[in-house]
Amino acid sequence: MKIKKAFSIIAFVWLSSMLLVACSDGEDEGNASGDSKTVKFMHLWPEGSSAQHYKVVNQIIEDFEAENEGIEIEVEVLSNEQYKEKIKVQSTSNELPDVGMTWAAGYMEPFVDGGMFASLEDILEEDNLAGNFVTGTTEAFSIDDTAYGLPLELNISSIYYNKAIFDEYGLKEPTTLEEFNQVVDTLKENGINPVALGNRDAWTGSMWYMYLANRLGGEEDVLTNAIDRSGSFEDPALLQAAEELQALVNNDSFVSGFNGLADQEAKSMFMESQAAMYLIATWDLPNYTTNEDVPQEFRDSVGYFPFPQVDGNGDFNSYVGGPGVGLFVSENSEVKDEAKAFVSYFVKEWGERAVTEVGIIPATKIDGEALDLPDLYVEVLNDLNNASNITLYADVQMSASAAQVHLDMIQALFGGEITPEEFVKTHEETLAKE
Amino acid sequence: MDKVMSNKWVITLYILPALLFIAVLIVIPLLLSGYFGLMDWDGIGAMEFIGLDNYIAAMEDSKFWESTLHSFLLAVFSALSLLIYLVVALILASKIKGANFLKKIYLIPMLLSSVAIAQLWIKVYNPSNGMLNSILVSLGVENPPAWLADPNIVLYAIFIPIIWQYAGFYILIYYAALKNIPESIIEAAKIDGASPIQIALKIKFPLIMTVFKVTIVLAIVGSLKYFDLIYVMTGGGPNGASEVMASYMYKLAFSSYDFGYGSAIGFLLLIITLIVTYFIRKVTETKDTIQY
Repeated sequence: MKIKKAFSIIAFVWLSSMLLVACSDGEDEGNASGDSKTVKFMHLWPEGSSAQHYKVVNQIIEDFEAENEGIEIEVEVLSNEQYKEKIKVQSTSNELPDVGMTWAAGYMEPFVDGGMFASLEDILEEDNLAGNFVTGTTEAFSIDDTAYGLPLELNISSIYYNKAIFDEYGLKEPTTLEEFNQVVDTLKENGINPVALGNRDAWTGSMWYMYLANRLGGEEDVLTNAIDRSGSFEDPALLQAAEELQALVNNDSFVSGFNGLADQEAKSMFMESQAAMYLIATWDLPNYTTNEDVPQEFRDSVGYFPFPQVDGNGDFNSYVGGPGVGLFVSENSEVKDEAKAFVSYFVKEWGERAVTEVGIIPATKIDGEALDLPDLYVEVLNDLNNASNITLYADVQMSASAAQVHLDMIQALFGGEITPEEFVKTHEETLAKE
Repeated sequence: MDKVMSNKWVITLYILPALLFIAVLIVIPLLLSGYFGLMDWDGIGAMEFIGLDNYIAAMEDSKFWESTLHSFLLAVFSALSLLIYLVVALILASKIKGANFLKKIYLIPMLLSSVAIAQLWIKVYNPSNGMLNSILVSLGVENPPAWLADPNIVLYAIFIPIIWQYAGFYILIYYAALKNIPESIIEAAKIDGASPIQIALKIKFPLIMTVFKVTIVLAIVGSLKYFDLIYVMTGGGPNGASEVMASYMYKLAFSSYDFGYGSAIGFLLLIITLIVTYFIRKVTETKDTIQY
């Protein structure tokens, strides 16, 4: 009996020591590196889905480490949605990486309010870095005139279309909503899906609404005014935009079941020539220009046109878009100086390499003429240089909870569950409450 | 060994590790989420104590009640589908040819992860390229429904994969229970001239009643807190048409950054589940134990 008792005690001691080991693990990670400093960097461009991004990021890190003895960059990569979740949990437990990625405006507000992000004004002042950015991009990452993030991408959205399909039915790029509807009618008569739309993600549908509002609002950016409360969401242009949108839906402009499709599914319909048009931003450009995985034949047949005018209103140089992700430095980082040096280096290097090697548009100014680029890309770049206004995505402008209401309302408006009046009223109430 | 096990200290030692795990991983987070529910908190910044405001807001929140209704609908459907599983298990257990093979086929969905199942059914339901609508079109249906986009259908369209997903699990449980029934009882019934249906209804079913009651609790509680397929397939949309309690809680905490309110909903979910479980146990309580 004594042996059995002894055995059970040993078993317990063993079990509890397992627990203790598990708890004490990872205590002394910080000291392990000795005199070299480690900067933790987390980004959201995994090799699988963003091969080019991933490669260039790694090159920049290698170069930075080579030029800066004693600083090591420890990288962690997650995909978009996982990234959003992890960063959220880390900020709650005060364990943000030293350098990471954030979205602009409303998204980063809680992080800045919670004192999680460090001010990056000093980097912007250094070597006049501020002058390198396209106007409006650093502002989107600023709260109370202090920059807390440095933008990496700039996107504008346009309607991309399949030239092969358009040619087959003798269609031209529409410049007005009437012409757009005629194009839709012709396509429908010939049994072709006019527009690919994956509205399960709702920000896709939001872009259609934003453009209608943008065109109807004319000179003024009524949507931005309504969100920043200098205007009202009950503006006639915003109401009419909702009505026009439902008219588009009722005309069967979009693929069937769009409210249940993810953006990715809609994209593949467009890329398999099952739908003729697709409204998306320039982050998708590699798919239509440089991405070797997409058949050359399809890439050659993609064109784009600016969102049409509505009722004779609207400026073709006014876009829906804005900066995508930017870099932040954690306020509580133990290696803040090193982290800032890395961010500054990264942004400078990223500019040109993003264009030539990744095929996206960076937030820093670039000279398109001097580089050898695909034609479609040069065209977009010219548009961007002539842009008179870029309206930032509504769901990025709004606070997280208002954005959720906006996205739900967009789905309901597209699905015909609510009237345009209810749509603007709910928005007005939600925004007024904040 | 008896002597060792009667020593209170030894008992404590054996129970302690599991107890610690449950306390740290379950009980403490539960109490914490109840506590966070009393706060106005975006998950990052400072917390502000607002008393029961979040809970009161939930009571007046039509979206919360809608998602609760959806959860209960799922619970009802899951409970009803237990009967289908039972019939399948009865057939499988009655020595038909290939029962072993069929049993393995029914188990396959259980071996797949929820995310894989969701992806699979998203493809099946795709309005223009999906398998289901292709079949319907070839049968002459002109406008087959957009399964995941129509707010009137989407919830039921998601119930089907959920019911399909758990079929193997419950069939296996019933199958094992049915195999436990002594052969002699069935023999006796046969000799007395009972038909197979009488045997199933009057002998087999009552004998596995205890197992059946356990599965009712499992199915209903599992449905009330169900999350994964719905999150992947529709994210609760369009416009909340397929939202259940757990997905609504997730949306509030992680998309709207309203951690306080999300925690309150999570705590209400716990309370609702507890109450429902209590009542089911009450209703299905049996005093007499079966003896073979």
